[in-house]
Amino acid sequence: MTKSVECKSLLESLSDYVDGTLSEELCEEIQRHIAECQNCQIVVDTLRKTVYLYHATASEPENVPPKVRDRLFRSLNLEDYLQH
Amino acid sequence: MSEKLLPELSLDALKSGDRDEFARLVDAYSGPIYRMAMKMLGDGQDAEDVLQNTFLNAFKHIRSFEERSSLATWLYRIAVNEALMMIRKQRPETSLTDTNLEDDEGEDYSPVQFVDWCCLPEGELLSSEARNRLDQAIQRLPEKLRIVFILRDLEGLSIEETSQALNLGQTAVKTRLLRARLNLREQLSSYYGERLRDRSKAK
Repeated sequence: MTKSVECKSLLESLSDYVDGTLSEELCEEIQRHIAECQNCQIVVDTLRKTVYLYHATASEPENVPPKVRDRLFRSLNLEDYLQH
Repeated sequence: MSEKLLPELSLDALKSGDRDEFARLVDAYSGPIYRMAMKMLGDGQDAEDVLQNTFLNAFKHIRSFEERSSLATWLYRIAVNEALMMIRKQRPETSLTDTNLEDDEGEDYSPVQFVDWCCLPEGELLSSEARNRLDQAIQRLPEKLRIVFILRDLEGLSIEETSQALNLGQTAVKTRLLRARLNLREQLSSYYGERLRDRSKAK
């Protein structure tokens, strides 16, 4: 297999690889490839970091602004619960 | 969304129209639904409309909820439909094929940027400017990739739950997730690549 074909087939398994849901066998195949292919190594590392950064921002608390919550409860005729 | 942190809600009470229980449902899920709508639409007023319509619809249809998915996934499904309807309303010129969840094989998602920016310090990777860039990058994704990415990577739904919320096969969910992530990686590589060059110039 030429290198570019390998790179392309690696791409397809990349999400599973960074999520840790890829079979051991395919993981080893990817590790073997990226040990020799610097560009793919960078793609794997930066893709993993991309996912990590978004996970980091998403794990922060999710607050509805008080006024938005207020209007939401009123629109649902639940205004008597607003004190809770 | 981690359901473990959410209160136990009684479906029987919800279905019988118990207002106490419904108020608890709204408080438990309004945060995640609002955030999802914000990320999808990028506008506070639109996100608020989606939020209200989601719970109005949930209120109206809770009796016909068949429990084929979790309550959270069901709510996301309603919210996704509301958000997509809003996008179509705002941009009627967009043909349905642009916003619906069809597959588009043939597009090339091969990486083109090979800058290793992983070594940037965390403070720079998550600075307030960088966070804005992260949000903008999501807004630039095509809708059908954006929604999959938001549900899976931001809201933390599983592939199966995302597939239920979007009424889309799991293979398509996985393909779109990969494309979304690769697209975001390219966008972030442009931004962090610049930061990296600025740093090396400053040295």
